[in-house]
Amino acid sequence: MGKTLIQKIIEKNSGKSNVEVGEIVFVKPSVILSHDNSADISKTFEKMGPKKVFDPSKIFIALDHEVPPPDSKKALNHSIIREFVKKYGITNFFDCGEGICHQVLPEKGLVEPSSVVFGSDSHTTTHGAFGAAGIPVGRTETASLWALGETWLKVPESFKVIINGAPKKNISPKDVILHIIGKIGADGATYISVEFTGEYVDKMSMGGRMTFCNLSAEMGAKDAIIPVDETTRTFLKNRLKKEYEPLYADKDAKYAKILEFDVTNLKPQIAKPHKVDNVTDVSEVAGKKIDVFFLGTCTNGRTEDLETAAKILKGKKVKAGSRLLVYPASREVLLECIDKGIIKTLVEAGGEINTPACGPCLGAYGGVLAPNERALSTANRNFKGRMGCSENTEVYLASPATVAVSAIYGEITEFKGD
Amino acid sequence: MDKIKGKIHVIKENDVNTDLIYAGKYTYEILTPEEMGKKTLEDFEKDYYKKMNENDFILSGTNFGCGSSREQAVTCFKGLKSGGIIAKSFSRLYFRNAVNKALLVIESPEFVDYIFAKDNGENLDVEVDPNKGEILCEGKIFKFAPLTGQALEIFSAGGLAEYTKRKLAAM
Repeated sequence: MGKTLIQKIIEKNSGKSNVEVGEIVFVKPSVILSHDNSADISKTFEKMGPKKVFDPSKIFIALDHEVPPPDSKKALNHSIIREFVKKYGITNFFDCGEGICHQVLPEKGLVEPSSVVFGSDSHTTTHGAFGAAGIPVGRTETASLWALGETWLKVPESFKVIINGAPKKNISPKDVILHIIGKIGADGATYISVEFTGEYVDKMSMGGRMTFCNLSAEMGAKDAIIPVDETTRTFLKNRLKKEYEPLYADKDAKYAKILEFDVTNLKPQIAKPHKVDNVTDVSEVAGKKIDVFFLGTCTNGRTEDLETAAKILKGKKVKAGSRLLVYPASREVLLECIDKGIIKTLVEAGGEINTPACGPCLGAYGGVLAPNERALSTANRNFKGRMGCSENTEVYLASPATVAVSAIYGEITEFKGD
Repeated sequence: MDKIKGKIHVIKENDVNTDLIYAGKYTYEILTPEEMGKKTLEDFEKDYYKKMNENDFILSGTNFGCGSSREQAVTCFKGLKSGGIIAKSFSRLYFRNAVNKALLVIESPEFVDYIFAKDNGENLDVEVDPNKGEILCEGKIFKFAPLTGQALEIFSAGGLAEYTKRKLAAM
């Protein structure tokens, strides 16, 4: 019987010659990701009594969740982290302004295909876009990983999701993955490793692939992977400073499910409150008034996303009474968007440009909602209260194009592609 | 592990997410487990924690704890000295965090269906045997799969922090 991709990746990083689905094995990650939660993690770590971290070059910390810090408690978290970084000689530390951890990690050449990335953030699944296993863990486990350099995993079953067809020009990867989540459900892939493949995936940009793997967390997946190809190699060239060996699933690998989608006739998709799998056509909810438009996050804050929005908003204005928040995903993205005139266009349209960071996605600062407000966002979660206020608020999730065109009208509007 | 006697508090929903259990705005404040306890399920229902006495259980549907990796959504129940969570199923990350923080998480769709079928199961008494994998309620016994292997080792140590501490001390 052939092996799935996750099976091969876990095998490689467990040092074993063979692992079976369902088996529990110890795995050594190539990198351990964390962010502002590193302040709390560092306290747990020190209570465990280690003399040092297992390898200071394999710990990655980027400050992004409360950047710039909205109050002195959050500022203190950052200073605790800076102290920790200094004390233990952590080499891959990225301070405020560098960007969102899931964007910065690959940009800095720190995602290695066929390796295991553990991250103290549920959207660590993003790194599957580079043929790695991006597996989320909690804070205590991250502290333990810093000390020991390994943890246990159960080799998961896999789904093979095949996506074919050429979509209409108003469709982006966000529409496609929202559609898939709507079909699979919020717990439809719990404990599962999802392998994406098919002609649509082959043609998808690196950014689109990251959107796909990022959002797979919202169907419960343990991780989601897109195998390495020319698109991956091109992105990694001049970033990843070491040789890597891509792994591929065997042709006769056994999958718990094989799911096929055809995107030829797909219409723009939107997730309605308060669940990510509550997905419908944008046209079904067109006309709903929106107070806050949010363009950014680890899901859709990349240059191609902001560029799409800028093309739509060029020469137009955000509807009076609504706000457009823009959070580029990283400094690199921000600089690219400055060079391309994207930032100028978005500012002229009335957008508020912010420091590269998570912003109000998790409801902690930087544009949270007031009671009775409604948001349309490119982020990944629309849970009740997610954007900082649970009193009669709603969050809708859609593509950058849907957010941009809707911002012009101040209400949910279907993007027609022109 | 001792048997736990407590009351159940029923949340008759699926996909109870970590934002509802522990709001995002508190995740970057460093609080004690007891302080976290007072934030429990705040966005689901104000002052929910006041319902919960020591050893009480939450009972809910499928995919409990979906969403964020935030461990406080587990630790808040430890702060309330809760008996644990009984659900039809858990999100992977919530289940793993629960084991790592030694919070008892029980998958028993059969028992949840039994309670959900009632007009009001709130505050019913249960007795849970985590070793045997049994819930005793209204004279009936409902079975669940107890923890085994690596997960049991971590849970029995009192959680991963203690487990790792011992491992480091033995190195």
